Amino acid sequence: MARDAHLPQSGAELRRLNELRRGDRGVVARVGVDDHEAHGVSAEELERRLLEMGFVEGARLAVLFEGLIRRDPMAVRVDDLRVALRRREAQAVVVALDDDSRSRGR
Amino acid sequence: MTDTLAPIQDRPAAPARAEPRVALVGNPNCGKTALFNALTGARQKVANYAGVTVERKEGQVSTPAGQRAHVLDLPGTYSLRARSPDEEVTRDVVMGKFRGEAAPDVIVAVADATNLRLALRLLLELKQVGRPVALALNMYDIAQRQGLRIDLDRLSQELGMPVVTTVATRRRGLDDLLAQVDRLSVDGLRSDDQWHAPSAAELRAAHREAERIMKVCVRPPERPDTWTGRLDGVLLHPVWGTLILFAILFLMFQAVFTWARPVMELIDGGFKSAGELVNHTLPDGMLRSLLADGVIAGVGSILVFLPQILILFFFIILLEDFGYMARAAFLMDRMMGVAGLHGRAFIPLLSSFACAIPGIMATRVIDNKRDRITTILVAPLMTCSARIPVYTLIISAFIPPKVVWGVVNLQGLVMFGLYAAGIASALIVAAVVRRLFWRSAVEPFLMELPAYKAPDLRNVAQNVLMRGQIFLRRAGTVILSMMILIWFLSSAPGAPAGATGPAIDYSFAGMIGHAIEPILRPIGFNWQMGVALIPGMAAREVAVGALGTVYAVAGGEAATGTLASTLAGHWSLATALAFLAWYVFAPQCASTLAVVKRETNSWRWPVVMFCYMLAAAYLAAFVTYHAAAALGGG
Repeated sequence: MARDAHLPQSGAELRRLNELRRGDRGVVARVGVDDHEAHGVSAEELERRLLEMGFVEGARLAVLFEGLIRRDPMAVRVDDLRVALRRREAQAVVVALDDDSRSRGR
Repeated sequence: MTDTLAPIQDRPAAPARAEPRVALVGNPNCGKTALFNALTGARQKVANYAGVTVERKEGQVSTPAGQRAHVLDLPGTYSLRARSPDEEVTRDVVMGKFRGEAAPDVIVAVADATNLRLALRLLLELKQVGRPVALALNMYDIAQRQGLRIDLDRLSQELGMPVVTTVATRRRGLDDLLAQVDRLSVDGLRSDDQWHAPSAAELRAAHREAERIMKVCVRPPERPDTWTGRLDGVLLHPVWGTLILFAILFLMFQAVFTWARPVMELIDGGFKSAGELVNHTLPDGMLRSLLADGVIAGVGSILVFLPQILILFFFIILLEDFGYMARAAFLMDRMMGVAGLHGRAFIPLLSSFACAIPGIMATRVIDNKRDRITTILVAPLMTCSARIPVYTLIISAFIPPKVVWGVVNLQGLVMFGLYAAGIASALIVAAVVRRLFWRSAVEPFLMELPAYKAPDLRNVAQNVLMRGQIFLRRAGTVILSMMILIWFLSSAPGAPAGATGPAIDYSFAGMIGHAIEPILRPIGFNWQMGVALIPGMAAREVAVGALGTVYAVAGGEAATGTLASTLAGHWSLATALAFLAWYVFAPQCASTLAVVKRETNSWRWPVVMFCYMLAAAYLAAFVTYHAAAALGGG
C-alpha cells in the first residue's frame, strides 16, 4: 500500500488517460487541466473533482472497460476504487504507463 | 489554515440535551440509508428541506441511556465541498448553517469498511467542523469475509474519534454506536468551525494523510472481492452488457405493465363502484357530482398510479442497492450524451413510457440539478400508457388496417411512428433546453462504480413503501385539488332546464371550448374537440370519455367502436392526424404538472413545461393538419 512504491519508473512513457485502451495500466503522474476546452466547470474545479474521486499523483491506475460508442465512457480502477468517466475529462489525467502496457501496439 | 483543533477553553462541553440530534454523513454507497433504516425502523419522517428540492429524512431512536435521539439521514457526499444541491444541504446542516435546521449535536460518519480510503478524506474534513464525530465502520461483515484487517484502536487514535463497527443490514453494532452517541452528546469536544473549501493542494495533502492512516491501520484484504470484477466483465461488456441491460429493462416494464394491471383495475373498479354508490344514494345535484365525479374520481385517479409506482421503485431500488444503476448509467451515457443528457437519465426516461409520474420521481438518481431538470422536462414526451387509449381510438377510426410494404400493418406503423416522434422530440428538446437555459458545456461525468452487494430485502421494502407514501402525500394533495378544479370547470354551471345538448356544453369547459375554437381552427380542431380537451387535462385518456360525452355517444368510453365510427363521420383525416400530433406533445396531464411542481419545489418548471409542450403541440398539429390537407386528407 506504500505510496512510494507507486512512483512511476523513470523514463516511463507518459500518456493522457483519454488515449489509453482497455488493459493499460500505470501510475498517475499528473492531474490538472491545461487544455482550453470548456468542461462545464472551471479547470480548478475539474482538478478538484478528479482528486476527490481518487485521481491523485502516485495512484495506481488500470483501464477496466470501455463504452460501446467510440470507447466512451471508460471505467478505470484508481487504487481500490472503480470510477467511470468520459474521455473528455480523462484528458486531465496523465499516466506513466507500466512497461508491459507500453509495449502494446497502438 | 493551520490552526489546531484544540477545544476552545472558554466554551465548556455542551450540557446533556434532552433529545440529541444526530446527523448521518457518508459517501454514497456506504450503506448510510440502510443504517438509518436499521436505527429508526418505521419511525421516519420524510419531507423536503425548506426552499430546496432535497429530501429530508429524519427518524427517532432510543439510546441505551434511555434518551430519545433524532437521527437525520443526510445526502451522500464525497466532500463537504458541495457540488450539488444535495451536497450543499449536507454541508450546511453539518455546520449548523442551514436555515431552520438546528445544528447536530453528534455527527456519525458512516464509512464502507471495505472502501476506507475515500471515507478517510471526508472524515478529515468532518473533523474540521469542530463537532463531536463518531465513525461507524459499516459493512464490517464484508470486510471480515475479505480478510481485511483494520486496527480499530489505532484508527480511533489517529482520527481522534470513537470507532464502532456496524452491519446495518443485520442490525449489528447499533447499540455500540448509540452508546457513543450518548457519550458524545454529553462530553464530546466542541471547537470552532475551521472548515473551508479545500484547494487542490489541500486535497493532495488530505490524500497523503489518508494514505498514511491507511498504511498504519489497514492491512489489505487477503481475499479481495473478485466478484465485482467478474460480474463487470459481463455487465459492462460493450455488447453483452448492453443486451443484458435491455433484457433487465424489458423484464422491468413487463412487470410494471402486467403485474400492476390487475391491481389497477381493482382500484379503478373500486372507485367506480364507490362513485356509483354515491350517485345512487345522494339526491341529484352539485354535491353529489362533487363527491362522485370530483373527490372520489379524483382520489381514484391518484391511487391508480400507485401499483405502477411501487413496482417500478421496487426494481429501481433493488438495482440501486445491488450496485447496478451506476453500470446502467455507464452503458447508456454515450447515447444519452448525444442529447446532452446524463447516463443516469436513461432509466427515468424509460420509466416514462409507463407513466411520466414515476419517471419524474425516478430522476432523483441524477445528482446534477441541471441534468435532472432537463430530464424532468422531456420525460412527458415519452409515450405514456395513458396516451394509448387516445391513439388506438383515433387510429382505429381513421387508419385502415391494411398491410403496407408486404408485411407491415399500417395501424401498427402509425402507432410506432407516434412512439418514435415522442423519443425524437424528447432528444431534441433536451438538446434545446441545454442550450437555452444553461449554455455551459456538459457537466463532467465522474461516477463511482460501487462493488456489487446482495440487496437486503427488508431495506428494499422499507424504501419502496416510503416512495409510495411520498407519492400519496405530496403529489396527492396537489393532484386532488387540480382534479376538483377540472371537475368544476366541466360540470358548473349545470345544464339549464330543457337543454338539448349534453350538460358539458353548458359548463365552463363548454364555454372555454367555444371560446378557443378560433384558436383551434387553424390546426383543424372543432369546438367539440376544444371542449374535450378541458376534462382531458385531468388525464389523457379522459379525453376519450369526454369526446364520447360531447358527441353524445351512449356508453362513452365503453363503446369505443361506436365512438370511432362517429368520429370518422365528423372529422377529416387531416383533423384526426392533427389530433394525434397534438397528443404527442400536449401537456394534457395535470398530475404530471403537479408532480413536477413537487419534485422541483417551484412553479417555474411546471409552467415552462406547460408552455413549451403547448407550443410544440400547436405547432405539430398545425403542420400536420396543413400537410395532410394539402395531400388530400382535408
